[in-house]
Amino acid sequence: MTGDLSFRAGLKDVLPTVFGYIGVGLAFGVVAHTAGIAWWLVALMSLIVYGGSVQFVLATMLAAASPISAMLVSAILINSRMSLMSMTVAPYIKEESLLQNIMIGTLLTDETFALSMNKVNYTDHKLKPAWFHAANVGAYLVWMLATVAGALLGGLIANSNAFGLDFAAVAMFIGLLYLQMIGDRSKPLGRQAQVVVIVIAMMYVLMRFFPGATAMLIATILGCLIGMGVERTHG
Amino acid sequence: MANSYVLMTILACGFALWLLKVVPLILAKAFRFPRPLVQFLSFVPIAIFAAIIAENLFVYHPGAWPGINWENLLAAVPAVITAVVSKSLLAVVIVGVVAMALIRLLGWG
Repeated sequence: MTGDLSFRAGLKDVLPTVFGYIGVGLAFGVVAHTAGIAWWLVALMSLIVYGGSVQFVLATMLAAASPISAMLVSAILINSRMSLMSMTVAPYIKEESLLQNIMIGTLLTDETFALSMNKVNYTDHKLKPAWFHAANVGAYLVWMLATVAGALLGGLIANSNAFGLDFAAVAMFIGLLYLQMIGDRSKPLGRQAQVVVIVIAMMYVLMRFFPGATAMLIATILGCLIGMGVERTHG
Repeated sequence: MANSYVLMTILACGFALWLLKVVPLILAKAFRFPRPLVQFLSFVPIAIFAAIIAENLFVYHPGAWPGINWENLLAAVPAVITAVVSKSLLAVVIVGVVAMALIRLLGWG
């Protein structure tokens, strides 16, 4: 990653996330196909709902003929962390027009959020719409195409996990976490490592009581509060 | 499964998730974030990445302590080493995927 904030640089920077989208997207397409969702509805879901874990849960709940209200609550719970992410991005694009803000927010994902937070370590804490749109739209199209491919190939891919592609997204977040820790010079490495260890430990305890997505939200909020507390006492 | 049922679900959830992402940005244009909030948000990236990774290392069992996802934990080791050595996101992803494929091939998971 470099300090270049052009559209081209955005396309280049989003490349490592593409493997994750293809792996998870194919898997989702297969699951949706198995749940009996038509391929064009898979495409629409990827374009309109656009959220990895939410879409998996929806496919499962649709197959079980769940009420729409229940699916709505689940979707909001799973994705409420997105509000934290867009709030974190907000100061970097505050000077851009409202329309640009809305367009960037609309296509924001875990992955492009992560990329943008890494990017600012190279750009003197600046982000540009051109770079953000390239990363966002690249991710959006790859996700949609991968899910449709999965839905169409459906029965043909007996085990879409066989190649290890499903691990691409996890590997990417491991890389992003490490790069973030060494890249963000505003905080000592030790304090960041402290927050990471605390969040992982809290996740273990929280997942005793809550499903993963809810645990993630609580652990993130507590982790930020603890980081803040440490920063305040140590200056 | 009725297509209209799926379509309604897509529209309802899509709209709610869009609001989750866009409303904070609109509020941020109108108001200045107070300092404590800015400080809180500065920890969001590492806290969220750590939470996402942890969620993939543990397996949720309703009403019991989480299990360990050994496959993911094993594949995470070469991924972490590659991150430290190469500092390249693409290299981490490729090594992680290859490691996972090998783990499954060898039946270690």
